[in-house]
Amino acid sequence: MPKVKVDGVEIDVPAGATVLQAAELAGKEIPRFCYHERLSIAGNCRMCLVEVKPGPPKPQASCALPATEGQEIRTDSEMVKKAREGVMEFLLINHPLDCPICDQGGECDLQDQSVAYGRGGSRYHEHKRAVTEKYMGPLIKTTMTRCIHCTRCVRFSEEIAGVDEIGALYRGETMQITTYLEKAAHHEMSANVIDLCPVGALTSRPYAFEARPWELKKTLSIDVSDATGANIRIDARGREVLRALPRNNDDVNEEWLSDKARFQVDGLTRRRLDKPFLRRDGKLVQATWNEAFAALSTLNPGASIAAVAGDMVDCETMFAAKALVGALGSNLLEGRQTGMDYDTSSLAAVNFNTTFNDIETADAILIVGAHVRWEAPTVNVRLRKAVKRGAKVFLIGPEWETTFGGEFLGEDLSLIGNLPGHVADALSGAKRPAVILGGAALGRGGLEAGLALAGQFNLVRTLEDGTAWNGFNVLHMAASRMGGLMLGYAQKGGIADLVAAKPKVLISLGADEVDYTKFADSMIVYIGHHGDKAAHAADVILPASAYTEKAGTYVNTEGRVQFADKAVFAPGDAREDWTILRALADAFGVSVGFDSFDQLRAAMVSAVPALGVEGLADYGAALPAGGGSASGAIAYPIKDFYMTNPIARASATMQRCSAELLHGEEFAEAAE
Amino acid sequence: MALLDKDRIFTNVYGFQPWNLKEAQARGAWDNTKDLIARGRDAIIDEMKASGLRGRGGAGFPTGMKWSFMPKQPPLDQNGNPKPSFLVINADESEPGSCKDREIMRHDPHLLFEGALVAGFAMGARAAYIYIRGEYIREAEVLFAAREEAYAAGLLGKNAAGSGYDFDVFVHRGAGAYICGEETAMIESLEGKKGQPRLKPPFPAGAGLYGCPTTVNNVESIAVAPTILRRGASWFSSFGRENNKGTKLFQISGHVNRPCVVEEEMSIPFSELIERHCGGIRGGKDNLLAVIPGGSSVPLVPAADIWDAPMDFDGLKAVGSGLGTAAVIVMDKSTDIVRAISRLSYFYKHESCGQCTPCREGTGWMWRVMERLRTGDAHVEEIDMLQQVTKQVEGHTICALGDAAAWPIQGLIRHFRPEIERRIEARHGSLQQAAE
Amino acid sequence: MADRYIEPDTPELRARWGNFAWTEANAAKAKEIVARYPEGRQRSAVMPLLDLAQRQVGAELNTQGWLPIPVMEYIAAYLDMPIIRVVEVASFYTMYNIAPIGRFHVQVCGTTPCMLRGSDDLLATCKSRGMKKGHISEDGLWSFTEVECMGNCASAPMVQINDDNYEDLTSDRLNAVLDALARGETPKAGTQDPARHTVEPVGEPTNLVAMMSENHDYRSEW
Repeated sequence: MPKVKVDGVEIDVPAGATVLQAAELAGKEIPRFCYHERLSIAGNCRMCLVEVKPGPPKPQASCALPATEGQEIRTDSEMVKKAREGVMEFLLINHPLDCPICDQGGECDLQDQSVAYGRGGSRYHEHKRAVTEKYMGPLIKTTMTRCIHCTRCVRFSEEIAGVDEIGALYRGETMQITTYLEKAAHHEMSANVIDLCPVGALTSRPYAFEARPWELKKTLSIDVSDATGANIRIDARGREVLRALPRNNDDVNEEWLSDKARFQVDGLTRRRLDKPFLRRDGKLVQATWNEAFAALSTLNPGASIAAVAGDMVDCETMFAAKALVGALGSNLLEGRQTGMDYDTSSLAAVNFNTTFNDIETADAILIVGAHVRWEAPTVNVRLRKAVKRGAKVFLIGPEWETTFGGEFLGEDLSLIGNLPGHVADALSGAKRPAVILGGAALGRGGLEAGLALAGQFNLVRTLEDGTAWNGFNVLHMAASRMGGLMLGYAQKGGIADLVAAKPKVLISLGADEVDYTKFADSMIVYIGHHGDKAAHAADVILPASAYTEKAGTYVNTEGRVQFADKAVFAPGDAREDWTILRALADAFGVSVGFDSFDQLRAAMVSAVPALGVEGLADYGAALPAGGGSASGAIAYPIKDFYMTNPIARASATMQRCSAELLHGEEFAEAAE
Repeated sequence: MALLDKDRIFTNVYGFQPWNLKEAQARGAWDNTKDLIARGRDAIIDEMKASGLRGRGGAGFPTGMKWSFMPKQPPLDQNGNPKPSFLVINADESEPGSCKDREIMRHDPHLLFEGALVAGFAMGARAAYIYIRGEYIREAEVLFAAREEAYAAGLLGKNAAGSGYDFDVFVHRGAGAYICGEETAMIESLEGKKGQPRLKPPFPAGAGLYGCPTTVNNVESIAVAPTILRRGASWFSSFGRENNKGTKLFQISGHVNRPCVVEEEMSIPFSELIERHCGGIRGGKDNLLAVIPGGSSVPLVPAADIWDAPMDFDGLKAVGSGLGTAAVIVMDKSTDIVRAISRLSYFYKHESCGQCTPCREGTGWMWRVMERLRTGDAHVEEIDMLQQVTKQVEGHTICALGDAAAWPIQGLIRHFRPEIERRIEARHGSLQQAAE
Repeated sequence: MADRYIEPDTPELRARWGNFAWTEANAAKAKEIVARYPEGRQRSAVMPLLDLAQRQVGAELNTQGWLPIPVMEYIAAYLDMPIIRVVEVASFYTMYNIAPIGRFHVQVCGTTPCMLRGSDDLLATCKSRGMKKGHISEDGLWSFTEVECMGNCASAPMVQINDDNYEDLTSDRLNAVLDALARGETPKAGTQDPARHTVEPVGEPTNLVAMMSENHDYRSEW
């Protein structure tokens, strides 16, 4: 722990810290543009200059200078002030002063820092540099005259995304940041460069000219576009969600967000179910809530009722439905909409036990049936980190373009029980071996075969440093999955058990991926928010709330319990899901035991205590032995990354991404 | 006392004789190199230190000491294997005024290859890369051919020159970027990237080419090493003043009667260098205006200050400039001095890599103001502003290019401010006349 | 002083260069070049390979050669490196022609040492012959660029045309060189001063006189 003096105050700093970090520890703000905690150090903006003794008699870039014993760091000297003013002046001479029409305004590092550290006037009277516009795709809007060449975007795409497609061409004052041939940025995390860009060079295209940051109401939430539970902030104005931004959570999404999670939000205002509907003479017709409940109260399902949960619903909704179905004497609950029936008796066996954080430290990883880039983009980032640290990665399943290399072994599940020698050697020789089973690997005996690997390679172990290691992982795709399993949304035979029971009433909680033709004789009551697949099959539609419109608890694929707040009100007559289920209980003449959201939550937590505690739920380390043989060709369920849920399918932005990035359609702007 | 031909290291600097191995050996190159190496690493480095040789690439860092920074025990890589060390020879001669390494490479390349082996051995390097500027096309052809000769004769490669030491030398051509003469930019370029200087620390001796210990030396520094070892440190240090020892290739360009490249002893007075080898200043001594004594990066020195100055590191520092690469750019009174410096400002703008802010933005700004000062299209206050801008660039950049761009302008303002003011006034006067 | 730009990627360009591949001789050369660098460091070869490719294109077109986008893609694939990194390199270094170029690339050094010795005259000479900076002459013969210091300062002013330097130029001497090139001749490279060999002081020698007549060995005089 070196001791350094910052502006005369002595502090201890951790070994390996930089001067910038030391200054921050001492509570000094160090302005910066190129430096970013999660990227390599570039040292090119020169904004973080400080005075350091001993050293040459000139200011030093604090971001790149190691803090060493006995250093005297000054952040408040005349030299530092001058240096900052100088650099700021240079940054501004060729920067257009177009803040009034710049979307970065109000949240611009350049703007903020020029106020704090600039000279307040310009001495530059030459012509400003002009830079030709660049196209970066449907998500990233570019105004490259504003670029200050910090290269954060270049480093992000190379280091984090692993898709080397942004570069700085030419040199000197004509240096220009661009994608290759101005093609659209082509990966699932591309829009993170918008957050990274410290100026208005890269801004959000869908959000262009929508709002100023100070107009927005900011709500902390959890993303539901996949099962990773990315921490997000919902920015809304009035009843409209304008954007979703990542929040820092080192354990989950670090500070990244997938393009889908970020940009599907425009789908929240389109194709919405904002009125109840009843099917009359084969046609869905609008109704009032009273009419709807009046109709429902005539059904008298008794115990012949079942509920199926969609991929994006919160635990409270599932618990409320469970309470309703249970009050009627049924326990027919299922969340695995497409028919999966893997054994859920041990939740540890269907959980991502290693955790996202620790998977970075794995040294040999076998991935079975998971297209990680599409199923969990932020986990893919972790895998890339693991490989950078030296991990070997093997994959079973159809080939996809990984961002971390890795060896594809084949497409058949039977490979799990028949690993090539070098793969088995790598796993058995590893200190921190890990197996990841994706959704496509869970059926047809895959889960059991995977569990057998856990025993074979001793995936659950105590590490040399005494900490526990559980290298067995299941990577789900549905935000509701782990919560659903904790609440019992799983039948032994999967949804087939529900089909076989021929329930008189099937409650569909935003379940849009179910094959409803198998429930032809059931009365399908759809409680959801989008007029998507299930709504067409429904007999009764009760308009409910999307994830931004209700508070809720979500459990990610690691078993991490997280709470989301309500950002906006649902549109039209739509209501929060739990209130609908509560009213339905009245219609069916049963009691569910709660009259308010707080009572509901309390009931849920008393039934499943883990849901009341933010953080990792404890499923225990014991894994079933598994065994048996799996076989069959693996097919990934996601065919189109941008179209995996009803919100995304309703989103014009996601539709455009799908068409342009996956199906190669050209758009007029591309040629501009 | 002038340097005698017998004490010149580069006897074929003018290329009157072939560069080939046979002829080079007849002149004394590759003369018992095996014995030089047999002295051992420490002895070679000690001899180089004792010779007083300071790096010939411009900065003047003691060469023997630089070699001694290379680790005796190689660091280990991720898999626990020892990392190789590299010698990188800086032949990216691009400093305006400098044209000495070119003569070594095209006329006496074997001195360079022999030096590479000796230096590489002394620092425990596995191989040397000679990074030659791309525009030296014919010179590179000579290097490639001379390398073939040396390999064919067993002087390089396995058991190089019978020394028992395995050593390879490769030639890598640049492609037009002054900045690659900066050692870490050169390393980046050698790795197949844009030549953008790296942050230091880490220094190349710790983590250089491919993350391995690396020393970057100028062509001349390497090429003189075998002769120094053969003739002894005391011979080399018998030339020049204390702290400025040895012989040196001077390159005199501009307004002298006979521009040339010539090897002379360090500390030779400017006047003697010019009178003896260059036929004097064009139009006579009194016609001298100013001299840029060490390549474009050093400040100019007015005639009165330079005439008796000893041409060495300390002597030129004393007159507010530097020896740099000993590229002497002479300007007589016919010179448009503001334009001469403005043209250098353009050079630095053109060659800025664009990586860090003060240089990327500052070089263009400085050049534009210089161009206006050239024509007088400016306000007098802008002279001070320009001076401040150069100070905002100097010392604030990743590499020394920012300093190099700032110093010539500072030199101009220091010595020729009245001339700049005169132009501004003249232009304002003529504008006023026109308006009346 | 011309600004550089990358020749746009068009269907025509793809059609013309999409099938670019090494000639047999260059394939062997490329292999040798890659072998100069340690294993796993083949990316180091990007600069020499771009030069080789530019020369191959030049040989096909009978010009100095340039680097169409599909050719850069070929190099990227050859070295298994991201194409954007290849384009970065090609656009960073000035010797890579990233747009078409003429038969002869007349590069007049305009930096101060040459300027002091009369490079203005050379620039004027080129202009008077109809050359325009950054453009190819109508007959396709000449491309004209003002370049930065070429390291021939003691024999300034100078011009580099393709692979050869012509030094100690005057307007007349440059015209003679250009005329000879236009006639398809190969003018003598190096200094154009008939009284000079290379960079020695012209006229009476001041040093190394013995070397002028024989390969003198000074060691006996040590």
